[in-house]
Amino acid sequence: MRHSFRKRVFTHRTLLLMLLPAALHVILFSYLPMGGVVLAFKQFQYTLGIWGSPWVGFENFRYFFQSGEAFQVTRNTVLYNLAFIGIVTAAQITAAVFLSEIGSKFFKKLTQSVMFLPFFISWVIVGSIVYNIFNFEHGLLNSVLAWFGAAPVNVYGEPGVWKYLIVFFKLWKELGYGTVIYLAAIISIDSEMYDAGKIDGANMFQRIRYIMIPSIMPVIVILFLLSVGQVFRGDFGLFYQLIGDNGALFAQTDVIDTFVFRSLLRSSEIGMAAAAGFYQSVMCFATILLVNFTVKRVKDDYALF
Amino acid sequence: MKIKSADERLFGAIGYTYIAVMALLCLLPFLLILGSSFSSEQSIIRHGYSLFPREFSLAGYEIAFRNPDVLLQSYAVTLFVTAVGTVFGVTISMMTGYVLQRPDFEWRNKFSFFFFFTTLFNGGLVPWYIICVKYFGLKNSIWALVLPTMVSVWNILLAKGFMRSIPFAITESAKIDGAGDLRIFCTLIFPLSKPVMATVGLFTALMYWNDWFHSMVFISNEKLYPLQYFLYKLLGDIQAVRSIMEQSGMYIESFPVESMKMALTVIVTGPIVLLYPFVQKYFVKGLTIGAVKG
Repeated sequence: MRHSFRKRVFTHRTLLLMLLPAALHVILFSYLPMGGVVLAFKQFQYTLGIWGSPWVGFENFRYFFQSGEAFQVTRNTVLYNLAFIGIVTAAQITAAVFLSEIGSKFFKKLTQSVMFLPFFISWVIVGSIVYNIFNFEHGLLNSVLAWFGAAPVNVYGEPGVWKYLIVFFKLWKELGYGTVIYLAAIISIDSEMYDAGKIDGANMFQRIRYIMIPSIMPVIVILFLLSVGQVFRGDFGLFYQLIGDNGALFAQTDVIDTFVFRSLLRSSEIGMAAAAGFYQSVMCFATILLVNFTVKRVKDDYALF
Repeated sequence: MKIKSADERLFGAIGYTYIAVMALLCLLPFLLILGSSFSSEQSIIRHGYSLFPREFSLAGYEIAFRNPDVLLQSYAVTLFVTAVGTVFGVTISMMTGYVLQRPDFEWRNKFSFFFFFTTLFNGGLVPWYIICVKYFGLKNSIWALVLPTMVSVWNILLAKGFMRSIPFAITESAKIDGAGDLRIFCTLIFPLSKPVMATVGLFTALMYWNDWFHSMVFISNEKLYPLQYFLYKLLGDIQAVRSIMEQSGMYIESFPVESMKMALTVIVTGPIVLLYPFVQKYFVKGLTIGAVKG
């Protein structure tokens, strides 16, 4: 058997060599860090390294869970992601449906280009935009309020309003991107289906509800499942650029990713950061397995694996 | 001219309104930045940022262009990182994708799972960071901006999916002619894969161009700041602004801080917006193929 294995390796030696760069990369940057999850159970000291640092059992998890941090960041992460999935998807599908039926080619191309543009800029710039609108001294909002004679508002000190702002800017950034995908799916529907519906007496809204949407359901479901599988992973770029290190807002806006980041790089609480990160990875993994398993039970061909 | 029924006209009215509102909302923030960049410092301080400059001024741009060294340095870093990362990243993704779909490669499923598993579970930020810094020596290295994100499993899977549509017969007949696997890939398969190459290439380039996270985590040397991180530092960090002020030798009172920040934002965002009309259709095509296959 060993002889045969070596022979097979030799036969495929070029293919294996071609796989080497990617495999190496994945080992170094994905699999080695996976081994590093032991850090969640150790008290890391830089000079001792990962293997030399002492074990502390569940000590790192103790503070994370007992302080209420775990609950707060988990709640925020999950609720924001659910809001994103629901609201942003609905807006994208709506836009795609309308765009597919709009007559004017010029209007269609222009608006689609404009809506897709925010996808191409970084969250740094979005953060700057948010600051330009909402900051106390020079913000657009306050200068508009002043023009109407109203008192200025301190948005950056008001935690309650940020959940709406965050969802709005997530929608702003990703509207065009999703619309492109759903529009592509809609366009690929055979127009004979609509004609048949029209003959049967269906009006516009009925044709959308009973023909268009069901036809693109596979795309909707797959994207939905991919999103739901990531429900424990926050959009770090969004949260860090809009909220940053503004502690006043954390109760309402801190997600697991920003919490782990700050614990590691701002307050050097490496143990807790590792514990929280491990917790997140486990929850993500469990969610993906659960979602995939559920989907397999309901309709096998929609499953990811 | 098609005669539209009442419900179709109603639908059209709602549709045009919805799309127009959405498009306008998407556009306004860009106009805000643009308008503020052309506003005089005094008008910003007194009346705040606005869509249309109350008092037109090029002072912000003047300052930005008078001492362009820091800006040019950032451009150089970003261009290098984007070019190197994209070229190597795309090549590796394509090559790996090709191997993984070769029907005669008996371990293709095992290797595919080997790659795919990393999208299901990862070790988290902390081990990744510590390994990169302590064991790979990436702190303050330009390679920290290139290497960690160079190979993406999604790109590999995308390439693999596309290449499955290239007939295996091409590879087979080339092998009969005595060509090696690498040669087959380079001379035959690679040229046939232009569509997926364009998609993977553009998305990879965009990712590199907009990246600021790796700089924030690994780089403290100003000379290695890429564009987005440079802008981020400038917008939030008093120190960064001060150092530009000192370089320009202007009086602190008359320094157009806010105007300059806006001008630099425009300059940093500029390339993307200018290239956008040309590359937009390739991104759309890339996403579209994915959607239809999905």
